[in-house]
Amino acid sequence: MNFEFSEEQNLLREQARGFLQDNCSMKVVRAALEGDEPFNRDLWKKVAEMGWTSTVIPEEYDGLGLSYLELSVIADELGRAVAPLPFSSSVYLATEALMAYGTKNQKETWLPKLASGEAIGTFALGESQGQTTPKNLTTTGGSSVTGTKLPVADGDIADFAIVVTRCDQGDGANLCIVDLNQTSVIREVISTLDPSRSHAKITFNNADAEVMGEEGQGWAATQNIFNRAAILFAWEQTGGSDAALIMAKEYALGRFAFGRSIASYQAIKHKLANMYVKNTLARSNCYYGAWALDTTADELPIAAATTRVAGIQAYYFASKENIQTHGGMGFTWEFDCQFHYRRAKLLSVNIGSESQWQDKLITAVQQQNVA
Amino acid sequence: MDFNDSAEEATFRSEAAAWLNANLPSEADLDGLTDMQKAKLWQKRKADAGWACIRWPQEYGGRGANAIEQVILNQEEAKLAAPNVGVFSIGQGMAAPTMQTWATEEQKKRYLPKLASGEEIWCQLFSEPAGGSDLAALRTKAEKDGDDWIINGQKIWTSGAQYSDFGIIVLRTDPNMPKHQGLSYFFLDMKSPGIEIKPIKQMSGASGFNEVYFTDVRVSDAQRLGEVGQGWQVALTTLMNERASIGGGGGAAGFKTAMDLANRINIDDKPAIEDKHVRAQLANWYVQESGLKFTGYRSMTALSKGEIPGPENSIGKLVGAPKSQDLASFAMDLMEQAGIVLDPDGDEMANLFQGTYMSIPGLRIAGGTDEIMANIIAERVLGLPQDVRVDKGIPFTDVPTSN
Repeated sequence: MNFEFSEEQNLLREQARGFLQDNCSMKVVRAALEGDEPFNRDLWKKVAEMGWTSTVIPEEYDGLGLSYLELSVIADELGRAVAPLPFSSSVYLATEALMAYGTKNQKETWLPKLASGEAIGTFALGESQGQTTPKNLTTTGGSSVTGTKLPVADGDIADFAIVVTRCDQGDGANLCIVDLNQTSVIREVISTLDPSRSHAKITFNNADAEVMGEEGQGWAATQNIFNRAAILFAWEQTGGSDAALIMAKEYALGRFAFGRSIASYQAIKHKLANMYVKNTLARSNCYYGAWALDTTADELPIAAATTRVAGIQAYYFASKENIQTHGGMGFTWEFDCQFHYRRAKLLSVNIGSESQWQDKLITAVQQQNVA
Repeated sequence: MDFNDSAEEATFRSEAAAWLNANLPSEADLDGLTDMQKAKLWQKRKADAGWACIRWPQEYGGRGANAIEQVILNQEEAKLAAPNVGVFSIGQGMAAPTMQTWATEEQKKRYLPKLASGEEIWCQLFSEPAGGSDLAALRTKAEKDGDDWIINGQKIWTSGAQYSDFGIIVLRTDPNMPKHQGLSYFFLDMKSPGIEIKPIKQMSGASGFNEVYFTDVRVSDAQRLGEVGQGWQVALTTLMNERASIGGGGGAAGFKTAMDLANRINIDDKPAIEDKHVRAQLANWYVQESGLKFTGYRSMTALSKGEIPGPENSIGKLVGAPKSQDLASFAMDLMEQAGIVLDPDGDEMANLFQGTYMSIPGLRIAGGTDEIMANIIAERVLGLPQDVRVDKGIPFTDVPTSN
């Protein structure tokens, strides 16, 4: 049994944590939240220089060609830091989509730039409230795309987007890659619950596009991309959950009421113990997800949904109970508890919410039982 | 990252599997035997060949194996329909480690091999009516009389007292000392005059536990483990091993059984498994079971590397027991009105959920209640301070009690 990260991977973790402590403190997150800049360009540049954006990109496209275990370690640490970066959009979604479905030409155009951080990619699915399905997609497209996507995470700063469009054949959808720097694409910044990650409304008016993968197979491709991304999202959620627990613990230890530290009251101790339990379940499931991603195991859909549900639940619980542990101060703008609470919701709804993934999990178990 | 054995582990696994398969008692071997006789036969056979309590040193009946080898042996044995040897678990899992740490060499040589072979069964006499979660509040007293101590009082929740040969026991030897400092730890012969054992009927109807009454029971001072007044420290050795040996509800209803039920029961004339609410509930239990499973794999990895598993292993019972309770309750709700029907000869699945529903409250309490487990995580894992204790530093006789 060797269900653990290697020494080199743990070294990478230490290095990543140290780097983020120095370069992505809560002050940096706050600056992103309060400032006008859509994201921290300087931090993005440094992160790219360290090779984080190129972790799993093959060497032939100027990547490091490392495994998903290394990327998992980085995701864990970025989540812990609530990093104000378009990492999930560009690395977990756009890069993954290109590697899985891009033509040689599309890969050659974008992967080296994604690896160097020079280009940022994103993924555009949602159009309105409620679950997006092939039946209610209104954006159409093949070699050109028309329609509106809202909200697109990091859509205002991205150079290109993978857009899910309606298609009248196959599974009802296409994946289209669209350069966002063209006049037929209009982007408006929108305000969201988590301004440390910017979002946009993107309108495509016959924008030039190319289909990725098979025509009419875009929905299956989207599910596959989301399955892979779900595991990396869950690592960020688990890292964030741990950070929220530590924040709650440190505050409780130092806060005195009725003559003693509130951390000595069972009401608080049990709350923090419950956070620890949920975080541990999420982390152990993340290990499973990382293994499945690394080995492209047949059970990847089960591992993805399991990991995702655990990550969503742990981060929601830890982020809200962290505020509760802080009492009134936790509810103020001045305190940092809000960063986790905001980010928990962003990560939770971005690639399908809890109930969708619960449903996918049971579907995947049913399919495994049939096989 | 992989789930594979190392070369040494694989060799050990095949050796263990080969021995187990070759020596598993046949139906003819077990014909006409009681469960206890079956357990003793299988345990003795394992001990004679060096496959019992393998982590113990050879001179005490083991083979000096490491922790991961024990896990591998357990996994291989679990694959077979071997006789249930649960009756030995308290003696081997809790009494033996305490004896190994605190007994004399002579005592270890006398008692440990027979614990390993199942020839002698031990029980644990800790809890009392006035000492449950607050175990150190126990009041059964021992008074010195020459080279003996004389015991008077009552123990409770003693599993297997009726068939045990020996018991480990914590007693109050000085009520004028503060709570933890007035305790001493002994082992005694369960057939000693003055011991009376009464089974407790549980709400499930089963009787897994006993009350044990002591009236002027004599135990030799030579059977004291640790110094007089050091009983709490000795008890901690036992308790650390108890938490390792009480698991997360094996045999109780789990995800798979609930999924099977949802496949064959209808809601609104369609299989329940198509209902979104049912799917969400099932998914949550799957996620919990998966989290526990892979937490176990992380611990096994630590053992495999010769390290001590991290604190993450402490969540098993705290997650597993409430999960089984909720799952059993949910499954019976799915059965609607029929969920309440008890029929021992009826549907096996209904019996499983009903049985779990009625027995699982005990697992949430045994070996540390959910609340105590949460305290342990908060204090030992997260490093939070202990609660304020009004009984600290005052003589035990001055501590307020419930009666």
